[in-house]
Order: sequence, then C-alpha cells, then structure tokens
Amino acid sequence: MKKIAADFDELDSVSRRKFLQYAMSGAATILMVQMSGAAATQGRGKGWKQMSTKHQYAYVIDINKCIGWGGCVRACGQENDVPEGVFRTWIERYVLTEDGVYVDSPKGGSEGFEPVSAEIQKKVKRSFFVPKMCNHCENPPCVQVCPVGATYKSPEGFVLVDHDYCLGCAYCVQACPYGARFINTEKHVSDKCTWCYHRVKKGKQPACVEACPTGARIFGDLMDPESDVSQIFNDSQWMVLKPDMYTSPMCFYVELPREVV
Amino acid sequence: MDLPHGALVNYIFPNNEIVWWSILIVIYPYITGLIAGAFVVSGLSHVFKIKEFKPIANFALIAAFSFGLFAAVPLLFHLGQPQRAFEIYFTPHLTSAMSIFGYIYSSYLILLMLEIWLIYRPYFIQQANSTTGLQRKIWYILTLGVTTYHQDSAKIDQKLILFLAGIGIPWAFVLHGYVGFVFGSVKAIAWWASPLQPVIFLLSAIVSGMAMLMVMYTFVKWRSKAPYDYPLVKKFTAFLWGIFILAFVLEILEVLFARYESGHHWAIIEPLLNGPLFGSYVITQVLVLSVIPVILLGYVTLSNSKDKNMLHLANLGSFMLVLQVLFMRFNVVVGGQLISKSERGFVDYHWEIFGGEGVLVSATILAAPFVTFYLVSRFIPIFENPAQR
Repeated sequence: MKKIAADFDELDSVSRRKFLQYAMSGAATILMVQMSGAAATQGRGKGWKQMSTKHQYAYVIDINKCIGWGGCVRACGQENDVPEGVFRTWIERYVLTEDGVYVDSPKGGSEGFEPVSAEIQKKVKRSFFVPKMCNHCENPPCVQVCPVGATYKSPEGFVLVDHDYCLGCAYCVQACPYGARFINTEKHVSDKCTWCYHRVKKGKQPACVEACPTGARIFGDLMDPESDVSQIFNDSQWMVLKPDMYTSPMCFYVELPREVV
Repeated sequence: MDLPHGALVNYIFPNNEIVWWSILIVIYPYITGLIAGAFVVSGLSHVFKIKEFKPIANFALIAAFSFGLFAAVPLLFHLGQPQRAFEIYFTPHLTSAMSIFGYIYSSYLILLMLEIWLIYRPYFIQQANSTTGLQRKIWYILTLGVTTYHQDSAKIDQKLILFLAGIGIPWAFVLHGYVGFVFGSVKAIAWWASPLQPVIFLLSAIVSGMAMLMVMYTFVKWRSKAPYDYPLVKKFTAFLWGIFILAFVLEILEVLFARYESGHHWAIIEPLLNGPLFGSYVITQVLVLSVIPVILLGYVTLSNSKDKNMLHLANLGSFMLVLQVLFMRFNVVVGGQLISKSERGFVDYHWEIFGGEGVLVSATILAAPFVTFYLVSRFIPIFENPAQR
C-alpha cells in the first residue's frame, strides 16, 4: 500500500479565517455582530498554520475491479465510528436487464450481496458494482449552503465538517446531490466521508482504500505526477457522477456505465 | 408505481431513507407565511388606504406579531444543536441562502413590535394613568416612561406608523420570498429547484395569512356576539380570491411548464406526482383545496349577497385555503425529499406522533400563536383604534 506524502497542516483554522473573510466582507449592517463573531472564532483558531497548496487529492474508483465484497464499507464504519443505518461509503449493485435496471445496496453493501432472483438472472445483460461516497466536489453545494460555515473545503481538496460548530440543520444534507451526507444520529450533527483526513495527514491511505482487496479504490495526490490517480487522471477515460449538477466532483470513475446515477 | 430511469425496483440511496426535514420544517414556512399575509392586510389599510380594512388593521397586526413570535421556534426544535443557533447571527456564512434568515426575521419582528407599540402607545399611557399598583407598573413599563400624549405626539406617531407600514410591506415580501429561495435554490432536489419557488411561497403566504385572518375574525366576532362587518368580509374575500388565483396559477404553471418541457425535471417529478404525492398534491391540494375555494370565493365576490350565507361561504373557502397552504408546504418540504437522489426510487414518509419532531410538538408550536393572540387580546383592544379612545 502506497504511503501518502502528506505534509499539510491542520485545516480548521484556515477555513475559519477564510470564512470570516467572507463574513467580514458582507453586509455593513451586520458589521458589529460580525466583529464579535470574529473575536470568538479567532480564539478558536489560535496556533494553527497557514494553508498548504502543495497537494490536491483525488479519489479514483475503477468499476471493473470492484467485486462488491463490502470490506471497504465495514472498514469505514469501524474507522469512523459510523452509526448504524447511515453510511459514509456504500456499494451499489447494478443489474442491467432487458426490462430495465435493477439496483440495490443492502446494508450499504457492507455484508456483500446475495444473488439476484432467478427471474432477473434470466434477463441479465450486464452487472457491476459501484462504490459511492462523498465526491469532495470542487464546487460543493454543501459548503455553499451551510449557514455558519461549519462545513468547508480544505486547500488540499477535503470537504470537511466541523462537528463542534455544526448546527445540525441538515441544509447540507438536502443540498448534496449524491446522498453522501447524513445527520449523525449520535452526535446530532452533519456527517459524511472525510477521505479519512485523520489518516491521510499521517501519511496513511483512507480506510476503505486500504481494505479494498482488488485495488478498485485508489486515492492519491494529483500534484504528484507519479501517483496512480495522476496517471489515471491523465491517461484513462474517466467520468464523474451527475455531471449536470456542475459540482466538479473529485471522485473519478473509470469505466462508469451510463446507467449509473 | 412507475419509477424513473427504468428502475425495476424502488432503489433509494442508503442515506436517503430518513426524511431529515419533517413536519417541523413544514410549519416553519407556514407560520412565516401567516405573518407576511396578516401584515399585508394591515398594510392595505395603513398604506393603501383600503377603508373597508380599517377595522381589522390592528387586529391583523397583532395576529402577525403573534405568528412572528413563533416563526423561528420550529427551526430551533429541529436543530441537532439548538444551543448553537445564535452562531447564525454571530458568524453567518454569507454564501448560504439560510444564513441571513436570522437578520431578516429579527429585523421584521422588531419592525412589527415598533409599529404595534406606536399604535398602542396612547392606550398604554391611558392605562398607566388610570390604574394602580402592579397593573400600573406593567402599563408604565409599556409606555417606556412617557405618560403624556399630545396632538403633536399623535401626528408624529402617525407619520412613523405610516413609514413602518410602508417599509414593512416590502420587508414582509422579502421575508417570505426568502423562505421560498431557501428551497428553490437547492438544485439537488428537482421538486424544489425552481426560480418560481420564492414567488409561489410569497403569494401562498399572503393567501394563508389573509385566509387565516378571515377565519379568526369570524371566530372572534362569533364568540363575542359582535355584529359582522359584511362590506369588510366582501372586500376581503375579493382580495383573497384575486391573490389566490395568482398563487394557484403560478403553482400550476410551474408543473405544466415542466410537463411541457418533458426534460430531466419532469422525468423525476411525474412519478412523484403520480405516486407518493398523488393523494396529498393532485387530489387534496389541487383538486379539492384549490379548485373549490376558487369557485366559492369567486361566487362570494361576484354575487350581490351581503348576508350570513355569504359569510359562511367566505369562511368555508378561507378555511380550505388555510389548509391548502398547509398542504402546499407539506407537499413541497416533505414531497421534495421523497424523491431519492438515486433518482430510481421514492422514500416512505413515516409520521412521527410523539417524538421531538412529531405531530404533537408541531401542533403545539402551531397552536402557540393563537394562544398568544388570545392572551394579548384580553389586555388590549384589537378592533378599536387606540388613538381615538
């Protein structure tokens, strides 16, 4: 498993400052209140460093390699303490038949998949598995709609949620076109995949990538021309989910069939 | 049930199984709408000098204030971390359509309070001067220490009231258009994403507020055995009818447009309207609660009758409109979330009765403005002009 060059700093202070810059440039009528907010948040950010622009991370999913085993979903659940019934990543099974498309994802695909019914099997044209997760979009609607800036994009490309700041209003959950967000029923705040930010900053791979036995999930730095993601990004035919949403996802799919939504 | 995108089975994304914005978020735009609608009635009297509405101008303002006090409560109950709610004031994230709600809502509430205070100031002064003990102290606090009232004071107050009513109308429009914007700007939910949404929300807000006032007016007059003001009811019905026609036409246009366009939008919406929303939208909201009130209120407006039958018909139509807008809010807020973002299935909405976001809590919050209105009306005159006492 490749180690990741991850000499970047804690992000929260950066996003907070950036957010405050937005806030401070806002309506003059609310300037006074903004300033009291600034004082409060600057206190929170004490000791954190300037943003890094040395890395631009991306995630690649090779549809042809996913076997729907579910180890990635289980690894993610354990690594990130994901409550039952919601998922930071999940696997969908697509079965294309003469009559239409059959899709399922029992328990997010965490326990693998039972064979489809005999009736559907008779009509199968093609089937495949599609892992899904937060796309860490370049133009994330979830970040746009957060009323307090608790969700933000790091300079390295991670879309993160500040759990100590989130109101739990779920506006970001509504705004995400990919169903990647949920309200953590234990913490009562918005939650989603972080690309295992806590692991990546220590030079490790995300838990799901490490758990994948076939190399269907690849994570790396686009700024490193030798990385797998760079090579796939430059050489392969890749697609993103829901391109008509213009969110510019940073999860790239190799061999993504057009039936996938 | 027909499913979009050639789906053979109902497939919803694993994280879409829960309707995160439930009944509390249905009553949030509903109560906010009632404020805007009630305020417009007082504005029609104060600013546009519709003389028939003068007897209910203050009544409408008190109603708007009662609704206003509770408009943000459903949001607060809904938040996962309500103790952080004030962050929206201190550190609003200005790219968010929701971030300025706190400021718009609060400033509107302050405007309402200021206008009501100016209107009732002479009454507070009179009470402070004619009572004793604790009662006097309370009235005195309400006068803010000024216990004399002259012709000149009245003149200045009237100017200020006119000014506040004047800016209050566009502010009320902003408040509710804004609520529609919060929904209409979510491109991920096809049933919400429409530039018409703010206008539809605004017009339906005015409809709900006016219709609710009609029902409240009749109830109060009936309970107090006071005579009904039939010319008022007639004029009021005509306004309500006209505004509802506008609201209804826009609501239908939005759907018809998507249907005629027959694009991606319609591919998702059609199965929604034929499936999970068929009962609550097509049958209830459109066919029963829209078409019938248009006929009823139209009859009241166009006929010559100015009697109790007219009052009954106007109230039946108004009551149906009160429900129509409630259904509309439900069909938009919950309906939009019934389409899974998988675009291949629909989510089941489960009614919660006793939970924190259940029907009981929502009904209590929805009832609170009426209790407030009742309590306020016990202490201050809602139909008389306090300046003329």
